[in-house]
Amino acid sequence: MTGKIRYAYYPGCSGQGTSVEYDTSTRAVCAALDIELVDIPDWNCCGSSPAHTVDHHLSAALSCRNLAQAAQVEGARGVITPCPSCLSNLKTSARRMADPDFAARVNKLLDKPLRHIPPVKSVLQALFEDVGPDALYPRVFKRLEGLKLAPYYGCIMNRPPQIMEFDDHEHPVAMDRLLEAVGATALPFPLKVECCGASYGVARQDIVERLSGRLLDAAAACGADAFVTACPLCQMNLDLRQDQINAANKTGHRIPVFYYTQLLGLALGLDPKALGLDKLAVSPRDVLAAVGVRA
Amino acid sequence: MKIGVFVCHCGSNIAGTVDVAKVAEAAKAMPDVAFASDTMYACSEPGQEGIIKAIQEKGLDGAVVASCTPRMHGPTFMRTVARAGLNPYMFEMANIREHVSWIGRNKEANTRKAIDLVKMAVAKLGQNRPLYPKTFAVNKRVLVIGGGVAGIQAALDCAEGGLDVVLVEKTSSIGGKMAKLDKTFPTVDCSSCILGPKMVDVAQHPRITLHASSEVEDVFGYVGNFQVEVRKKAPYVDWKACTGCGACMEKCPAKKSPDPFNELVGRTTAINIPFPQAIPKKASIDPTACIRFKTGKCGVCAKICPTKAIRYDQQDEMVTEEVGAIVAATGYDLMDWTVYGQYGAGRYPDVVTSLQYERMLSASGPTGGHIKRPSDGREPKNVVFIQCVGSRDPSVGRPYCTGFCCMYTAKQAVLTKDHIPDSQSYVFYMDIRAPGKMYDEFTRRAVEEYGTQYVRGRVSMVYPMGDKLVVRGADTLAGTQVEVLADLVVLAVGAEGAKGSPHLAEKLRISYDSYGFFMEGHPKLKPVETNTAGVYLAGCSQGPKDIPTSVAQGSAAAAKVLGLFSKDQLQSDPQVAKVDLKRCVGCMKCALTCPFGAIKELETRGEMKVEVIETVCQGCGICTSTCRQGAIQLQNFTDNQILAEVNALLLTAEEEGA
Ligand SMILES: Cc1cc2nc3c(=O)[nH]c(=O)nc-3n(C[C@H](O)[C@H](O)[C@H](O)COP(=O)(O)OP(=O)(O)OC[C@H]3O[C@@H](n4cnc5c(N)ncnc54)[C@H](O)[C@@H]3O)c2cc1C
Ligand code: SF4
Ligand code: SF4
Repeated sequence: MTGKIRYAYYPGCSGQGTSVEYDTSTRAVCAALDIELVDIPDWNCCGSSPAHTVDHHLSAALSCRNLAQAAQVEGARGVITPCPSCLSNLKTSARRMADPDFAARVNKLLDKPLRHIPPVKSVLQALFEDVGPDALYPRVFKRLEGLKLAPYYGCIMNRPPQIMEFDDHEHPVAMDRLLEAVGATALPFPLKVECCGASYGVARQDIVERLSGRLLDAAAACGADAFVTACPLCQMNLDLRQDQINAANKTGHRIPVFYYTQLLGLALGLDPKALGLDKLAVSPRDVLAAVGVRA
Repeated sequence: MKIGVFVCHCGSNIAGTVDVAKVAEAAKAMPDVAFASDTMYACSEPGQEGIIKAIQEKGLDGAVVASCTPRMHGPTFMRTVARAGLNPYMFEMANIREHVSWIGRNKEANTRKAIDLVKMAVAKLGQNRPLYPKTFAVNKRVLVIGGGVAGIQAALDCAEGGLDVVLVEKTSSIGGKMAKLDKTFPTVDCSSCILGPKMVDVAQHPRITLHASSEVEDVFGYVGNFQVEVRKKAPYVDWKACTGCGACMEKCPAKKSPDPFNELVGRTTAINIPFPQAIPKKASIDPTACIRFKTGKCGVCAKICPTKAIRYDQQDEMVTEEVGAIVAATGYDLMDWTVYGQYGAGRYPDVVTSLQYERMLSASGPTGGHIKRPSDGREPKNVVFIQCVGSRDPSVGRPYCTGFCCMYTAKQAVLTKDHIPDSQSYVFYMDIRAPGKMYDEFTRRAVEEYGTQYVRGRVSMVYPMGDKLVVRGADTLAGTQVEVLADLVVLAVGAEGAKGSPHLAEKLRISYDSYGFFMEGHPKLKPVETNTAGVYLAGCSQGPKDIPTSVAQGSAAAAKVLGLFSKDQLQSDPQVAKVDLKRCVGCMKCALTCPFGAIKELETRGEMKVEVIETVCQGCGICTSTCRQGAIQLQNFTDNQILAEVNALLLTAEEEGA
């Protein structure tokens, strides 16, 4: 890694609310690794969950406005976002704009037509490809030796593969490799890309309880101390609802659910406050204490 | 010249969208045309008789048939013309079916185009000259490539028919996949018990020369006279001296070497005889596993061998075989199923392939016929079979049905119950394809007598949970999702052409498809021929098929070879390149471009010229477009003939435009 890398950063709505700790830890880790994040000026909703279910053109217009705004960030390698759902919509919209008819309809909805589509990546992809596990290794301040983790990518970080174009869609490893580089053990968690059911959270709680219950059982069966996620929705679902899931399935799991950026931050010796560990519902204190990290 | 034109209706194939009567009428006005008519089926007996009658009664010098593609009936009509007493090359075909009636619906436009094509054919025929084939002698030896059951059958049938046979097998023993199978459907009889004797017959037949551990390196020549370069790979053992006693295997310290015969389920020694019934039963060293090759130390086998057969410095050997025909029977390989990430992509030891399972069932296999989980050696109770892994799946580029997996899965489910009576088998299938004799009955037995649970639906995912595997899939009949806890998962992996078959196809100058299978001459009517004269196909090299069909095709290929060799002399196709020595300046450009090496130097009166070896020339015509002098011409496709066609077309256009 040489010199500073600059990206236009798309924090997404969840980063402002339900997952501020993902946002702050992402910013802290990127800063520590010389990745400069410049917030997309005047960004708007990406159109992912509500808009794309109603109207693809509207949804793409929302994404494309963000992409056009991102063009104002000078010297940026592209756009990155921590949230897989935002990522999915940004990438899908960008892909659809290749169809001239589609593009014409979307451009009609925009003030200025989108001319240049910048590359879009997840923060995970940027960290993996621009920094990489090898470069991470020498920067580690506190090795997370002994921490056994179930890396959980969720169902949309790598899928559909033709659009996400990163890592393996059935067996992704990028997060595993980064966590191993900072000394933790990435267990061979078999349900890495299974759906946790989060999008049914309101409508069909039973589905969440079944799907997320299976994830918790599998992580426990693997002997995991904690989950690691890269998705605000998965994190919230597994963490905040863990008691609810336990009650429904008559289980007693107490598995902390980290964002991978929080753990990388700890290993890099960043201020735990910036990493927002206090925001986790299932307290990670004991798990971290066991590997000698005070948080 | 007096030319006859015969316009075919081909039932409604042509007449439906071409006004054939009008085409015949227009033909009458063309230069040199003395007779024209339309006919219902030109290729039928009355159709051909009509052509003969017209030629004889009107004293025609040549005939144009406007009908289907020359690929379909070119030879048919050439024979017709010959029966009428003309030279068969005084004939031209206008393809008004594939090039006209099948591709356009506008009858008027079609009719115009058909007339144009007929006009071109008539113009070309005006320039045709009688051509005469040469005859050449046939070398009545046959090469069979691949010693699976199909190749074995072809070799034995040819040898029994009195031919000398050369059998080239890539691995160190013949037998192919069938030698790896435990039992065979639908009779569940022992595979090696029915194959073994045939393998011995090959070894003992005085007319069969077997080159094991060998591959075809290059092929020259043409039907009747092929020269084949065969590379005999060094086994590092003198096979003439080796008696197959196996003493070396007992003492070799490199006991954990990969065992391809057992599909890598078990381990073997660096020097080994792949299986007890191997033919030839000779030891060979795997240099990538041998301690002596890797470190220079060891050499135990050389010390132990009673006949002093070990040769660490042995080199590959090249032999040239001269044969008149070739049978390609290189079989298949399982596709690389590790593209299936959802089934673990090879990460879970207790997910095995069907062929690995076959070795686990076999009494001579690595587990001695006991079904054991690779991970912990325990006997599985719940065994899940997943069909169509790499078959009927466009998402991995394998859209075709492998055809035998439904059957061997039923067989393996039956055998599982035989081996472990308190076991339960589950089969996830798409639909059951069991069209052979006694096949459907067999799969029913698997269900009804052996209690195999068939679940119709694809498996979405296999993942380990504790020491079990969770198999999650759909039951599309019940309309639900199902999960089965399995101890062992067996994947019915689909077949593709054997590794390296495209390379071999290029050497043999035959076609292959994108899955590595060789292409037959015609999908229905030439199932064992190829488009290269003298090269035939047998078994799975042509497409996946079961043992009975592979054997049948092996015999069919042998019959074709015997038919070919029933003549002492073959006739060469006279449609080859010919050099006009007066024009040739000996620049050799044509020789450089000829892909078949059919052009050689020739000295005449102190001048360098070139000459075409007629039997090697394939008539591709590349040389003719290279020669600036126009000195080399392809017979029946000369510049004059092609120009006549072009003029016929363009001059009409000019007249019409004017
Ligand atoms: C798990 C499993 C179970 C099966 N069970 C049954 C069953 O019970 N009943 C049944 O009817 N069918 C069964 N089949 C199908 C059966 O295996 C085939 O029908 C049969 O093996 C085809 O024979 P073959 O000679 O065409 O090909 P192969 O058996 O593949 O033989 C080809 C031979 O050619 C050799 N070769 C390949 N390339 C070259 C080369 N370039 N040069 C020289 N040699 C070469 C190979 O080493 C091999 O020896 C089963 C298949 C599988 C996968
Ligand atoms: S190499 Fe020697 S020891 Fe080995 S099987 Fe042959 S004869 Fe026996
Ligand atoms: S020299 Fe190689 S093959 Fe022979 S005994 Fe030693 S390891 Fe085995």
